Amino acid sequence: MKKPGAAQPGTPPPGAEARYDVVVIGGGVVGCAVLRELSRYDLSLLLLEKETDLAEGVSKANSGVIHGGFNVPPGSLKAGTNVAGLGLIYGLAAELRVPHRKTGKLVVALTDGEKPRLEELKTQGERNGTPGLEIVGEAGIRRIEPLARGRWALYSPHTGIISPYEFTVALAECGRRNGARVALEAPVESVEFRDGLFRLATPRGVFAARRVVNSAGLFADEVARLAGIDEFRIYPCRGEYLITDKDPGFRLGLPIYPVPPKDDPGLGIHITPTMEGNVLLGPSAEPVGDKRNTASTRTVMDRLKAEAARLMPELRKAPFIHSCAGIRPKLVDPRGREMFRDFVIEESAVRPGWINLLGIESPGLTAAPAIARMVVDMIGAKEDLRPKAVFDPGLPESPRFAAMDDGERKARVEGGSGWGEMVCRCEHVTRAEVEAALRNPFGARTMDAVKRRTRCGMGRCQGGFCAPRLVEIMQDEGVPLDRITKRGGGSRLFYGRIKR
Amino acid sequence: MDNGAGDDRLKTARAEGRGLPLKEGAVPLYDDDRIDTGLPLKEGAVPPYDVVVIGGGPAGLAAALGARRAGAGSVLILERDKRLGGILNQCIHDGFGLFLYNETITGPEYAERLAEDVGREGIRTETGAMVLDLGADRLLRVNSRSGYRLIRAGSVILAMGCRERTRDMIEIPGTRPAGILTAGSAQNLVNLQNLRIGNEAVILGSGDIGLIMARRLTYEGMAVKGVFEIMPWTNGLERNVRQCLMDFGIPLELSSTVIEVRGRDRVASVIVARVDEELRPVPGSEREVRCDTLLLSVGLIPENELARRAGVELSPLTGGAVVDETFMTSVPGIFSCGNVLQIHDVADFASHEGFAAGAFAARFARGELPAGDKVRLCPGRGVRYCLPQTARTGTANVDLSFRVTRPLRACRVTAVGRKSGKKYFGKKYGRLLPSELQRVRIRPAIEEDLEVACHE
Repeated sequence: MKKPGAAQPGTPPPGAEARYDVVVIGGGVVGCAVLRELSRYDLSLLLLEKETDLAEGVSKANSGVIHGGFNVPPGSLKAGTNVAGLGLIYGLAAELRVPHRKTGKLVVALTDGEKPRLEELKTQGERNGTPGLEIVGEAGIRRIEPLARGRWALYSPHTGIISPYEFTVALAECGRRNGARVALEAPVESVEFRDGLFRLATPRGVFAARRVVNSAGLFADEVARLAGIDEFRIYPCRGEYLITDKDPGFRLGLPIYPVPPKDDPGLGIHITPTMEGNVLLGPSAEPVGDKRNTASTRTVMDRLKAEAARLMPELRKAPFIHSCAGIRPKLVDPRGREMFRDFVIEESAVRPGWINLLGIESPGLTAAPAIARMVVDMIGAKEDLRPKAVFDPGLPESPRFAAMDDGERKARVEGGSGWGEMVCRCEHVTRAEVEAALRNPFGARTMDAVKRRTRCGMGRCQGGFCAPRLVEIMQDEGVPLDRITKRGGGSRLFYGRIKR
Repeated sequence: MDNGAGDDRLKTARAEGRGLPLKEGAVPLYDDDRIDTGLPLKEGAVPPYDVVVIGGGPAGLAAALGARRAGAGSVLILERDKRLGGILNQCIHDGFGLFLYNETITGPEYAERLAEDVGREGIRTETGAMVLDLGADRLLRVNSRSGYRLIRAGSVILAMGCRERTRDMIEIPGTRPAGILTAGSAQNLVNLQNLRIGNEAVILGSGDIGLIMARRLTYEGMAVKGVFEIMPWTNGLERNVRQCLMDFGIPLELSSTVIEVRGRDRVASVIVARVDEELRPVPGSEREVRCDTLLLSVGLIPENELARRAGVELSPLTGGAVVDETFMTSVPGIFSCGNVLQIHDVADFASHEGFAAGAFAARFARGELPAGDKVRLCPGRGVRYCLPQTARTGTANVDLSFRVTRPLRACRVTAVGRKSGKKYFGKKYGRLLPSELQRVRIRPAIEEDLEVACHE
């Protein structure tokens, strides 16, 4: 079993240059979906991720909503990939055993004056091919979600929720099971094009590829620029969230959205349940100068609560346990008058063989499986893609103690190997699950990576009890003290030992 | 295994939300003669344990002793950590035992003394054992290396202690870098794991653990830049302010708080500001303090997840169970003591509560606790809460704990009958602080609802 801290798969020996048919840059949901889709074919594949874990950028901080496809203009790539992705994602999530649920969704109009906007959305959705849209009145709202308030609502029965980071990691793990490689902490620092090969230099070595898929999210414009493609600029747009306890005193069944404000670059501050019962409030939408500026602000925290409470008064009493912020990779210049820019899904005219996936903001999570298929089609148009004899489309289940019944728990604990040792009190995570995360193929070695895989530290004590335990287990698993970090890079937790 | 009527009763109990769902035809769970199958007991059957104590800290250990000494035949302590003692094990400073042993010893020494008594008295203990579920029928689901199983108890004592308030509960805006810790987690990492958690620290909140960690980090060569407390008074004991801050020249700023965290990977600085009477930051008073570590000592919360599962009524004032004078909660046979009942400032008092709760729990298990109408004990002016919240009508010598809402000088605490106006208790104090839990005895038999108030 591979211990964390061991050499990453895909790393070439010093001095050597590893060659791949396709290198995917960026381990977000889009990159990982592309990796899995390409792993159906007889290709050598590598994914390069600059951070210490997958899903560390846009893919970890969003509402986790599987979108119906009515918020995007007909004829756009956003609409096409959203609706196509909707048709794929439930089956895919089931195959990969990623927790998800078709919940339906309400877009709520608080006044009669907003009702025409709902009708516009319904018409737009129907033109896009979103199935089952329906406008309901107050009685309908109460029937669908008693916690929601509003005069009118657009009900979308096929909208759902999914854990976006679990989905991302599962896609990559599936790709890896089918022969693809993944290198973490491998930011692309320069790109050379020579003899029909792209040479991508990273701190983990130089990787050569016939084709490159640029799915670098917020940094996709900068990565494109390294390849000499200087036509894109990504404008970071911050979205702050607040998260309630998983037992907030009520049980929200589905996401509740406001009518999208005309001047808001997002979908408006909405209320979304998670699979575990927490409720997300947000996101705000605010242009920021720095792509890494994920700070929360007092003003927005207060605004989130005030606006969300209009749609769901019960939230006034909710206990909040966490705040976070994500950044949208927007192609729309916030200073200009333009309101809409479509996804960029294209092979570069300047650099044939280089495929750009840019500006993949909402509904990118839903669209990712469809975007991945488009990438396959684009490559398939250029060369003969031969399907592998054996492709395993799914993943084995990773067992969760918290979800087991008594009999299963008893059997697991009797089987030994850490199921009898509780690490996280709030989320009931055992040592066996933490070890599985630490030993996973990508060697999750940061506190945040373990948290996203196991929920250890995601509960109401926010790691107060389990973080010290986790630190012990990581050392038992061979992670050196100075490599125990919150999320890699300079986010070290410790400065050595106190006494020798 | 009884597959007859017992099964139906179990299903009903589960349908009513008691306990986790069990699959049809699920495996029966037992691993020794003391641990039952999880099915309801037959008429006249004896539960495997008279008293089960959840938590082996200062309150739980004392509760087990209290139960044993009051005649409980079989007592079990379930402790989730690797050793008995709970948080005492990381409290390597002294100041423990003054009331229980009439000398001051360290936390681990205090735990050891209690644990030795527990061993001597033949109380069964299991460490690394976490209770995951508790039903109103006193059925516990327990996980440990020695097995996952169900245990039933004649009476249950909740002694799980408390957890710390976090950054997000007090909603400090800013970035989310490494280097933000609760004071108790820091204490664990420093004292038990020998780890250097940073170089320059700011401490938010003047709770006792924060004060003690200020001294501890200074001893270990860290620079403590200051302790900031949002209230105009300190939250910790006076002796800790003196011995942990003043003796080391660590600045304490009252009526001030951290309003922003900065730094991307690791904390780089915090912005502190003074607050007004309504605890709002005063514009213009902000200043940046460079540090790589922010410790939070901003309050403790009784950890009542299990109590909630069992349907125990909780008090919004204490965060703990509503109890009567026997420390019994609203669910018959479930008792509560120590920090899971109310936050204590001295471990000895948590133990004291444990001894008392244990004795009552033993009596309940024998079927000896009297039933009867209850009166309410309510906080009045100047009193944040009082405990117990109820008492059986006619009970004399009720031990009452209370906290005041703000520092008071030359004041008088009274307990007055709401119906008759009769004074059941009165005492003068030179000074009362919200940080100090007060304990008094109401001697007369209580015949009506009482209001406990404090007059300056």
